[in-house]
Amino acid sequence: MLILTCPYCGIQCDETELAPGGEAHLKREGPGSSDAAFEAYLFERANPMGVHFERWRHANGCGKWFLAVRSTTTLEVYGTYKAQTPEPPAEIVAAIRARVPGWGGRA
Amino acid sequence: MSDAVTALGGARAGGPLATVEEAPLRGMVTLRGDFARVGGAVREAVGLGMPKTRQILTMRDRAVAWMSPDELLLLMPYGKAGAVVTLLEGALEGAHFLAVDVSDARACFRISGSGSGAREVLARLCPADLSPSVFGPGEVRRTRLAQVPAAFWMDDSGDVTLICFRSVARYAFDLLANAAEGDAVGFFPAS
Amino acid sequence: MSFRLEQGGRLVDRQVPLDFRFDGKRHSGFAGDTLASALLGAGQMLVNRSYKYHRPRGIVASGPEEPNALVGLGQGARFEPDQRATTTELFDGLTAMSQNAWPSLGFDMMAVNGWFSAMMPAGFYYKTFLWPRPFWKHVYEPLIREAAASGRPPQEEDADRYEHFYAFVDVLVIGGGIAGLQAALAAGAGGARVLLIEQTPRWGGRAPVDGAEIDGKPAEAWIAETVAALEAMKNVTLCARCMGAGIYDHGFALGYERLTDHAPKMGGPRHRLWKIRAKQIVTATGSIERPLSFAGNDVPGVMLASAVRDYVVNYGVAPGRRTVVVTNNDDAYRTVLALVDAGLEVPVVVDARERSDGPFAREAIRRGVAVECGAAIMKVKGTRQVEGVMLCRGNGTGAAGAMVKCDAVAMSGGWSPVVHLWSHCGGKLLWSETNAHFYPDFSRAPTGADGRPFVRTAGGASGAMGTGSVLVDAAAAGADAAQAAGSGATKAIAPAQARDEEERPMRPVWVMPEQALPELRAKMFLDFQNDVKVSDVQLAAQEGYESVEHAKRYTTLGMANDQGKLSNINGLAILADSLGAPVPEVGTTTFRPPYQPISFGAIAGEARGDLFQPLRRTPIHAWHEAAGAYWEPVGHWRRPYCYPKPGESHGDAIAREVQATRGSVGMLDASTLGKIVVKGPDAGRFLDMLYTNKMSSLKLGRCRYGLMCSENGFLIDDGVVARIDEETFLCHTTTGGADRIHGHMEDWLQCEWWDWQVYTANVTEQWGQIAVVGPKARALLETLGGIDVSKEALPFMGWVDGELAGVPVRIYRISFSGELSFEIAVKAGQALALWTRLMEEGRAFGVTPYGTEALHVMRAEKGFIMIGDETDGTVIPQDLGLDWAISKKKADFLGKRAQERVHMRDPERWKLVGLETLDGSVLPDGAYAPGEGENANGQRRTIGRVTSSYMSPVLGRGIAMGLVARGPERMGEVIGFMGEDGQMIETRIVSPVFYDPDGEKQDV
Repeated sequence: MLILTCPYCGIQCDETELAPGGEAHLKREGPGSSDAAFEAYLFERANPMGVHFERWRHANGCGKWFLAVRSTTTLEVYGTYKAQTPEPPAEIVAAIRARVPGWGGRA
Repeated sequence: MSDAVTALGGARAGGPLATVEEAPLRGMVTLRGDFARVGGAVREAVGLGMPKTRQILTMRDRAVAWMSPDELLLLMPYGKAGAVVTLLEGALEGAHFLAVDVSDARACFRISGSGSGAREVLARLCPADLSPSVFGPGEVRRTRLAQVPAAFWMDDSGDVTLICFRSVARYAFDLLANAAEGDAVGFFPAS
Repeated sequence: MSFRLEQGGRLVDRQVPLDFRFDGKRHSGFAGDTLASALLGAGQMLVNRSYKYHRPRGIVASGPEEPNALVGLGQGARFEPDQRATTTELFDGLTAMSQNAWPSLGFDMMAVNGWFSAMMPAGFYYKTFLWPRPFWKHVYEPLIREAAASGRPPQEEDADRYEHFYAFVDVLVIGGGIAGLQAALAAGAGGARVLLIEQTPRWGGRAPVDGAEIDGKPAEAWIAETVAALEAMKNVTLCARCMGAGIYDHGFALGYERLTDHAPKMGGPRHRLWKIRAKQIVTATGSIERPLSFAGNDVPGVMLASAVRDYVVNYGVAPGRRTVVVTNNDDAYRTVLALVDAGLEVPVVVDARERSDGPFAREAIRRGVAVECGAAIMKVKGTRQVEGVMLCRGNGTGAAGAMVKCDAVAMSGGWSPVVHLWSHCGGKLLWSETNAHFYPDFSRAPTGADGRPFVRTAGGASGAMGTGSVLVDAAAAGADAAQAAGSGATKAIAPAQARDEEERPMRPVWVMPEQALPELRAKMFLDFQNDVKVSDVQLAAQEGYESVEHAKRYTTLGMANDQGKLSNINGLAILADSLGAPVPEVGTTTFRPPYQPISFGAIAGEARGDLFQPLRRTPIHAWHEAAGAYWEPVGHWRRPYCYPKPGESHGDAIAREVQATRGSVGMLDASTLGKIVVKGPDAGRFLDMLYTNKMSSLKLGRCRYGLMCSENGFLIDDGVVARIDEETFLCHTTTGGADRIHGHMEDWLQCEWWDWQVYTANVTEQWGQIAVVGPKARALLETLGGIDVSKEALPFMGWVDGELAGVPVRIYRISFSGELSFEIAVKAGQALALWTRLMEEGRAFGVTPYGTEALHVMRAEKGFIMIGDETDGTVIPQDLGLDWAISKKKADFLGKRAQERVHMRDPERWKLVGLETLDGSVLPDGAYAPGEGENANGQRRTIGRVTSSYMSPVLGRGIAMGLVARGPERMGEVIGFMGEDGQMIETRIVSPVFYDPDGEKQDV
């Protein structure tokens, strides 16, 4: 039962106020993309043991999508940020590195 | 043709914790837009300023509530909703916005109890921190009421107004009435 | 035999006798008793039969660790099985039934299992009942279930109420013994918001029984003062009868409060499940005594030494007149002294250690009690009750020594901290060689959202043994927790003062005597509830079940509803010994919540009956109800399926509704259809991405049917889009789709195209929607007046705003039935009034309300697909012949790229066709058409499936739609579908449009 802070309304959301949305920062592949690239976009997920970037929607709340980065093993949350962010922001990366010194970056 | 009706015809129930009553129809308008640009239109439409994050501003029968970073809920008498939409559309002409009457899409309840009665009712149903130090008059909390989404705010008397979708009005009312049947847990310190 | 002492019992009020029944027989106890103490007081030592061998079993413990004394409590709608007598407070009129015994406790037919116990070793069920396989389901399983039946499930609906309560605190303290009280005091001193919960009705835990002194006064006085101090603190909430059931991620914890179990007549909810979010949690859960493993350690009358002491001191109940005490540590001497103080006999103390000269032992000897050191119990004599013990040397094989007559045995194998809650969320453990127990590894605590520890233990749960150490540890835990919670516990308080009682080291003894022969080991019980013996664990190890998790499942050790509170450590030690490995290397099994079973009622809370799940009602619901609608659940909505008249079958009602609609005019409540406003300069562009066809080109005042696909290309929703103005569209979705599709839109707008200027609003519930359908539909609307609904003013696929009979409405001329059809959107608050008015005015035309099934029949007659019938998440629009609704010009739309993938273009894909049985019968919905050969799994190949099937009242025969391999190329071909009776049904492949193929009727 996670708690994630919604970066839009500031509520420390109970997991039951949220809807999950899978891996974050996927790059959409549309018409013209190769089969391999498109299938990777549809099906290939990092599924790491450790630092993971995820999409969540504050469904029972302000309705906004946001991104969260947390450890899939310890459930430590390194930060949440707005969905309109193509790459993890510097302060989030710094927060991860502070806690996971050997982190190799987003897979 | 007959007048518009609420979902439950003003249902009312009471228990040791609080009285729960379906409120009469109320005008509600959803306004989506850039908060940096809609302030003037909001003032023109309901005579109130812009609320801060999670805030509700109230003046007599008008109110404006923060719903999300680009969404407000404007409250006014039921018959005035159409006029408010028209006012907003006029004031915001040329801007990118959405103003829509949602008065009939909602059910509205009033939960009144002495002391922490209303807090105790909601604490049985919502995974939200309702401690007086966290939630008090002037704040809108959108959350989960058992299995449906809801929003509520408290006025200075400690009474709570709760809104949810109209189709689940009976469910929400029954939930609240059932919770109001409980005895005080006494968890909330007297505020 | 157990009995009530003439005096004593600090918790019972002898002035208030209470009557209760056990197995129909009347007994009496006192206010303050538990059911267990009352049963013992009434001489009822035998309370149960064991699960597997049906051996007679008595009360062993005095708290939640009790393995045997499970009873069925209450009657009728308040009956509940598997309730612990030791945690059940006695009340007047309590009714309890024993379990596991047939026909009675005293004479149990199944006890015959015990004679064959040598033939029922570990893994017996797996080994014996494997073959022949069909026998498992029909013969073995029912027999085993009957023989091993535990409590019976209640037969009536639970008559009680339950509730949840969400609480947010800085510090949650679980356990209200002296450690919990001290921790709460320390945490609360700095102003932290503290919740302190205690599973029993009383504060203070074991300290008063153990005779501790705190701050120079008896523990009882200190406890009363501390509770009063805590109650006076505004930032502290105390809650007794509330068990910490589990600790979960990010500071979530469950508290299980039993409000009225002790006073059923009190009214109000029976249980309250606290859903707690705590920044920090202190588990002050104490410790539990371990049994010793000697032959016959399960005979009624053999009890934990601490439990014996509890019964004597707390309840004035003696388990027997002559009690042999057997121990490997000093604590059991407290029991010796309590027994002697109560005037009871202790013929001998059997101490496994070579020397016993601690202060308590010296006091016992001074009082004339004989102590045998280096000794063991070889076996207990007696079957239904202890009659005596045979002694032997502790390090031998069990050569019989002296026989000591007694009627009770108090055993102590040392103490284990209750680390369950610490471990629930990942806290790790260390092994203490000194105390032979697992205790928390404080460097590896459960961590929370910030990656920092959020659980700490206090007192006995930390492994602290003496009163002084317990209080020091607890005060530190409370203060640290408050500080970690960020509540700035600046006001540190000194722990209460107490000394650690002087105790000599314990000696780990896992089997008694240490070299016991197999015949003795086969009578040493580890898990009383599941009848697992020392020999079973040893056999499991021999057979290769070396992992503790495997050995547990193979032997069922610790798998009963006590979850091995008494048996786990002993079992692990035996497994380690058998494997020649140190205990910590073998490790523990996983501790999982709840700590003790909690009621299903508490888990459900308010969610039962009408509140089981939200039921969505349209604004016209009440009218349908009054009209006798038969309901169909559609998502959470309830929609009328049909409106049967008295005596009319559903089939007849549906046929009547279809005929009336096609013949004159029918009305459908379509309010459940999703309605989403999409507005903005980029709205058209956005909808072009969302729908497979082009929406941006839709003219003002017009409607267009559209399909939505997922990125995988699969069809997810369909509906009619209306263009309201240059920047505004109204998108209709399926009944079940409104929230999902609105979320889908917001997902793409917020996460992918956030620079597009589009706003959406889900206005589904703002509008009631009434479909007026049939050749007389226009005439009916004209009777109401106010809007020109002629073909010229409102053509097919157009919409118009206006006032119908003075009510503001928007009318869409769209049709899902093939008939002339108007869908009238009206504000929800006026929908019922308008519906009623239409019904009244429509009487002249024979207007007929119709339900979802008539709607289905009519849309199937027209070959219109239904999301969820023709689609199942693997169907693309091309499969359904909907190519006309897929833009070839658009560069991109959601699903386009996926639909270009090779297998999406495979000509062998199953495609939509109409199906007509040769005999006119109705095909079973979902029936398959078998093909030639077998697939890779050896199953018969299939070539098609029925997706919708109805009786068409207009055509007078069955019609169906289905997906068939290369279907559209096979028009006229006859294939077979498998009927429910296994008979093949000959079916012709036809066009899916059965009715009015040219669409003349809807465009009039």
